[in-house]
Amino acid sequence: MRPRTQLLTPELVGRILCEAFELLMSPGVRVCSAPLVDLFRSAGVAVNDGVAHIPEPLVRKCLASAPLDFYLYNRQGERAVHYGGDDVQFDPGSCCVQMLDPDTLEARPSETRDLVRLVQVTETLPQFAAQSTAVVCNDAPSAIGDLYRLFVVLQHSHKPVVTGSFSAAGLQGMIDLLAADSGDRDNLRKKPRAVFDVCPSPPLNWSEFGSHNLLDLARAGVPAEIVSMPLAGGTAPVTLAGSVTQHAAEVLAGITVHQLAGPGSPVVWGGAPAIFDMRTGGAPLGAVETAMLNMACAEVGKQLGLPTHGYLVATDSKFVDAQAGAESARSAMLGALTGINMISGAGMLESLACHSVEKLVIDAESIASAYRLLRGIEIRGETLATATFAQTGLSGEFLKLKETRALFRQEQHLPDAVIDRSARGSEPPSDTLARARARVDELVSMYQKPSLPDDVLRKFQSIVEREADKAGVDSALSG
Amino acid sequence: MSDQLFQAMRQSIIDGAPDAATELAQRALVNGIDPLEAVTQGFAAGITFAGDQFGCGQMFLPDLLASAEAMKAAISILEPEMLKRGSQRAALGKVVLGTARGDIHDIGKNLVATIFSASGFQIFDLGTSVTPEQFVAKAKEVDADIVGISALLTTTMAGQKAVIEALDRNGLRPRVKAIIGGAAVTQKWAAEIGADGYSRNAIDALDLAKNLMNKVATRETSQA
Repeated sequence: MRPRTQLLTPELVGRILCEAFELLMSPGVRVCSAPLVDLFRSAGVAVNDGVAHIPEPLVRKCLASAPLDFYLYNRQGERAVHYGGDDVQFDPGSCCVQMLDPDTLEARPSETRDLVRLVQVTETLPQFAAQSTAVVCNDAPSAIGDLYRLFVVLQHSHKPVVTGSFSAAGLQGMIDLLAADSGDRDNLRKKPRAVFDVCPSPPLNWSEFGSHNLLDLARAGVPAEIVSMPLAGGTAPVTLAGSVTQHAAEVLAGITVHQLAGPGSPVVWGGAPAIFDMRTGGAPLGAVETAMLNMACAEVGKQLGLPTHGYLVATDSKFVDAQAGAESARSAMLGALTGINMISGAGMLESLACHSVEKLVIDAESIASAYRLLRGIEIRGETLATATFAQTGLSGEFLKLKETRALFRQEQHLPDAVIDRSARGSEPPSDTLARARARVDELVSMYQKPSLPDDVLRKFQSIVEREADKAGVDSALSG
Repeated sequence: MSDQLFQAMRQSIIDGAPDAATELAQRALVNGIDPLEAVTQGFAAGITFAGDQFGCGQMFLPDLLASAEAMKAAISILEPEMLKRGSQRAALGKVVLGTARGDIHDIGKNLVATIFSASGFQIFDLGTSVTPEQFVAKAKEVDADIVGISALLTTTMAGQKAVIEALDRNGLRPRVKAIIGGAAVTQKWAAEIGADGYSRNAIDALDLAKNLMNKVATRETSQA
């Protein structure tokens, strides 16, 4: 039996959806983009003063055309991530602006070398099914920053990528980059390697660039992950149930737009909901209520039969410390027990303001433990213990048994050296951060950079140069 | 009598009770109490207390906003009489606020506007996605002391730099101070773009603005 948690009864999910549909009509959803207004009007949606009033039957129709599941593919064209059902996968947090320096323990602006190191470590860790465009490269021109991050990741990884664009203009270049990687746009549509996070702005507002991205992704057939991020009490109702309802309305509006533009295009019921910290005005990603919001939002998506996403395994701590470990491990477990298809956020410190590759390897251990938990208590033989005792009697010699040797790797997750279970020896014990540092170095030394065909690299380079020219910035990039 | 009334005024702000604050402001006028005194000795003392309590973690943002709303209610009753008497409460300073171009996230900016306003700053809120030219035009129009630019996204943080450059180009700085805020904004970024200040939250921003106004006052005094 696979263990699972459930915060919402089916009846409560029904009530949440019922109120979400009401919200879509009144007050409606603010829409800022002219093409989106046109699209809505052509579908019979009333748009008055920039507010769309979306009727439930239209939303239901769009939900019906959204795929129940889809795959992301690796560079070799193999299925590597399954969005759908109860499959659980993890990727590092995205688009952070700072990196924790493991030596000085100070946060500093992240650079290309940081992104490369994060990608290298992620590439070697089986706990991460996908890469993310994890940090902003402050050493690259910000005008093409989104494209550049993807360019760096694609050069250094075989894995699928969770990415996103912060501008309407930047998206096409990123799709071109992925198409170059896949061969062409048709291949990319058939075997997508990336999913794009697209975010509404709470409350109930689809910004111009968010809408453009949604429309362009739907038309290109590239998966979109709708990441609604209500902050309970700040940009959403203070009650968790109220915020889950707002989240549902925002994602339903997004799916409606997406499916109107590209029926059948893959789309994810995603989210990064959080509570609003009433002292700091921040979004505490490590709070248990934030985890509860993610779980509940995903449960609503699952009841609709859609692929799901959440933002967990992050912390509010500024250091790789006990708080970071506690918050991240707790939410990794809770997300896994909910069966969220893609859980983003590992490696992130300081409420998503800072990334740490050392934290990433520690989080990988928490994720491995979460996967172990998901396998539950497995029954492996005709009897549970009596056949074993028939062999050992009262000798206690379990270690010598063939079944012990055959099964212990399945029964136990064997952690890597980040986790210290050793007895105290003559050497002074190391702390988690020190062990994580050593583990990062070890993983980086194991990493092998993919060998990309020259024609693909040339295409990458020419796309980056083209987009840099368009943006009027220097394109001398090495990646 | 007045002391009791002032105490009740202070408490109405701490309680975040706009109806009580309104009623007390009206009572002050009926009783012939100088409205400026009602503000300084009564209501404003409540805001100062609420700010301090927030600072030490005893009050929270919803409490603080309720206090600010109560303050607004009291001031709206007292202001016409203060104007009549020519005894309007001197504004701590004039602050132009907005989010950077392309950024529609305004929760932080709105918190700053509310708390600044309740604390005696005169606020000119330009709203969201404000261009550098709009910031400059408003700063010139109202003779601003401070321009505050908020940005949540890493992509729109560049807009903060653009506003500071525009203020420079138009010769408004160093007289006009530029302060920045937002989730991704850091002290380092503030230094890099030459901002006069940065703060992590709205209450710290209030201290920052007060300090900057002190610097303005000191400079003006030394120049005079």
